[in-house]
Amino acid sequence: MAFASDAPKDGFRLSMLIYDTRYRSYTIQIVVLVLFAMAVAWLLNNTAQNLAARGKEFNFAFLWQRAGYDIGQALIPYTNDDNHFRALLVGLVNTLVVAFCGCLFATVLGGIIGVLRLSNNWLIGRLMTIYVEVFRNVPLLLWILLSYVILSETTPQPRDFRVTDEMIAAGEEPAASMILFGTVAVTNRGTNIPAPLFERSLGSVQIGFLPVSLNLLAFILVIVASVWANRRLLAHAKAVQEATGDRPVTWWKSLLILFGPVLALKFALGLHLEIPELKGFNFAGGILVAHSFTALTIALALYTAAFIAEIVRSGILAISRGQTEAAYALGLRPNRTMSLIILPQALRVIIPPLISQYLNLTKNTSLGIAVSYLDLRGTLGGITLNQTGRELECMLLMMLIYLSISLIISALMNLYNSSVQLKAR
Amino acid sequence: MSETHAQTVLFVRDTMLPPVDPPIAERGAVKWMRENLFSTPLNIALTLLGVLIVWWLVSASLPWWLNSVWNASSLSQCREIVAATAGEGASGACWAMIRERWHQFIFGFYPASEWWRPVLAFGLLFAALAPVLFAGQKRNQSLILLAVLAYLLVTLYLAGAPGTAFLLSLLLVAGLLVGAQLAPGKLLWFTLAFPALCFWLLWGGSVWSPIVAMAGFGVLYAVFRVGTPFIGLVPAAGAGVVAAVLWWLYLDKPVVDALQAALPFGIQSVRSDLFGGFLLAIVIGVTGIAFSLPIGILLALGRQSDMLIVKTLSVGFIEFIRGVPLITLLFTASLLLQYFLPPGTNFDIILRVIILVTFFAAAYLAEVIRGGLAALPRGQYEAADALGLDYWQAQRLVILPQALKISIPSIVSTFIGLFKDTTLVAFVGLMDPLKGVTQIVRADINWKGIYWEPYIFVGTIFFLICFGMSRYSMYLERKLKTDHR
Repeated sequence: MAFASDAPKDGFRLSMLIYDTRYRSYTIQIVVLVLFAMAVAWLLNNTAQNLAARGKEFNFAFLWQRAGYDIGQALIPYTNDDNHFRALLVGLVNTLVVAFCGCLFATVLGGIIGVLRLSNNWLIGRLMTIYVEVFRNVPLLLWILLSYVILSETTPQPRDFRVTDEMIAAGEEPAASMILFGTVAVTNRGTNIPAPLFERSLGSVQIGFLPVSLNLLAFILVIVASVWANRRLLAHAKAVQEATGDRPVTWWKSLLILFGPVLALKFALGLHLEIPELKGFNFAGGILVAHSFTALTIALALYTAAFIAEIVRSGILAISRGQTEAAYALGLRPNRTMSLIILPQALRVIIPPLISQYLNLTKNTSLGIAVSYLDLRGTLGGITLNQTGRELECMLLMMLIYLSISLIISALMNLYNSSVQLKAR
Repeated sequence: MSETHAQTVLFVRDTMLPPVDPPIAERGAVKWMRENLFSTPLNIALTLLGVLIVWWLVSASLPWWLNSVWNASSLSQCREIVAATAGEGASGACWAMIRERWHQFIFGFYPASEWWRPVLAFGLLFAALAPVLFAGQKRNQSLILLAVLAYLLVTLYLAGAPGTAFLLSLLLVAGLLVGAQLAPGKLLWFTLAFPALCFWLLWGGSVWSPIVAMAGFGVLYAVFRVGTPFIGLVPAAGAGVVAAVLWWLYLDKPVVDALQAALPFGIQSVRSDLFGGFLLAIVIGVTGIAFSLPIGILLALGRQSDMLIVKTLSVGFIEFIRGVPLITLLFTASLLLQYFLPPGTNFDIILRVIILVTFFAAAYLAEVIRGGLAALPRGQYEAADALGLDYWQAQRLVILPQALKISIPSIVSTFIGLFKDTTLVAFVGLMDPLKGVTQIVRADINWKGIYWEPYIFVGTIFFLICFGMSRYSMYLERKLKTDHR
């Protein structure tokens, strides 16, 4: 008895390459591969011809030439005598800093707005809906440009902060004054914020080409150690409670462990804030934060917060009402219900889209070009590219770096995601 | 017996009590406010906060809106008018800027005598969209076509269109209206022809170039039909594609030149660098949306495919595009394409940008559609196989209709993202409404220092378009909802 699926007995015909499902996928793949190889060869050939016609060659030696341009916001030491690679690193750090700040603020703001949008307060719910719809449906570029223009065109000039003897005598107020208890001055040149200073600094060590502040390291170490010690204390208290039924009083010990060492370190190093002061025509002391950075961070945070709010809202809505009711039936208080029942489940829904929002935000930092923020695109893909004329190398390197940043962020967040995912048995 | 009962008055109620209104706190506005605004201390605090926010927004901006000036020739004149009408120190919006620069916001530097062409193309765009948006619905299609007709009557007159063009376009829309009554399904042919028509209207030039370019598809179809009986379906399709490519590469230009020499019909051609404002944003946005969906579907299918090479290439493409910012791709279009193309080729910057924006959106769409494909139960694939459908039949009839339906919200939000991203073309020297035109306006000595008005204006238009798209996606979701849960 013959089945329909039996292969035909007669020999191989050429048309079977197309009509026989056993061979067709190979035919298609080979055709695709050949076409792809041809396209790549064509592109490479064109590129080689074009480079030859322009008398250029493909190498990255220009990265070690002197950059010769200044970067306003350099978080690692940089002068215009350094090479282009150093400038690239400064740009990369600037990109990462603005991405980090943006993600942080956007998450906080987005979380609050997402929860408030679900509140049964009619007025607040409506206000948050308006916020989300307005920020989601208008291009990010507008928010960046608008916040930059507002910061740099409506803020007072440094001389408006001046208080002269005549003004004191006449009892007049200066045209502008510093905010946050007189520590922060927002002028049309930038935002002057206080800088931390150490009287007895530990100095810094050079790791590779990056100097690392030992003071910062000391603080991080002390904080980590205190948190760890506090955890041990609480674990001990719990053990005692389970053994004897009485929980030892821990709150003052916790306070002492958490804040004592940090305060001691602060006094040991002589940490104090250097508050910016008006000297001559400008503010001196403190740190000058460029408006390009502030505007970019604010705009990215406000814009992304609208998307994150929607993600948080849908995450909470995805948890069925029965979960809350079951928790109440078990006798859990509302805040315990939130932290033990709702949030762990909602996080599973929230985190994957949240990751892609973080990635989007990181990629959107490249819009800093609109306000001349010298990030990776501004240094490597901007001034370096224009100075050296190496479009091909600069663009490829820049794409590669952005791609690596994206892949690293998504790998890290996926790691976190797998730790909160449902543990299937 | 005791005589207790003698003193008791017997009482039996024999009439119903009239119904009493609920207590004041349990009805009407008071109840609503108690429940929605003042239910808990936290809620009361939030309400107060909300009222404060609203009060602050209104008190800060209401005088500014109320003192709007619509007629002035410079910002300083605006301020004088505000000071004269509302008193010294009052603030007022200066919409006179929009009034004066309106055309630049809409058309960029597109020549004024040709404004009727983008206006006409915009109207016809809706006529072309109607058969897609409201497939087979005679009433909605006719309504849209009527609206287009009315819009064209007014705007073509205002834009000063030449008489012939006026008449021809009205005839065209009237013909489409008749078509919508007789055979609403057939209107899709107009949609298919629209890209060539729109390209010709916007860029101008010989009337033959779009016709000959579209004829390439005719060549493809003819070779396919003629070849099928002789060499089979798939080889004939391949031959058709090859023939069409040959047509476009080698025959297109000589044929256009010959036809143009014989019958010189044409309109003034417009250079790409004159395009700007919302015209540019809509051209890039709509083209990107139209072409990214099919490419995105193909990429998603490629990524889900069993064929290793196809899958690897799709994944590589998608992940690369999604991993880099759009700006770097736009710079690729403006700086690197000259390296990748044969020496001496130089094609239009808008076209280059459109291609890159399309690829960008397609990669995002591919991921969205892949989500839809993955959400379908395995049984759907197996059922399609069991019916004996081949791969493309199964995709077309069973898988994609369901997968696309699931992913509508995300597809539309990708489209919205694409439309918002059209503003980024400002960085490769094109004049988008947000940065390009606004910068030009703000650099003008008359309007130096104006910032709220242009940004509010541009932002509002973007908001209306994007919000409209998201509302349409909700409509579509409701319309296509077939589960009865």
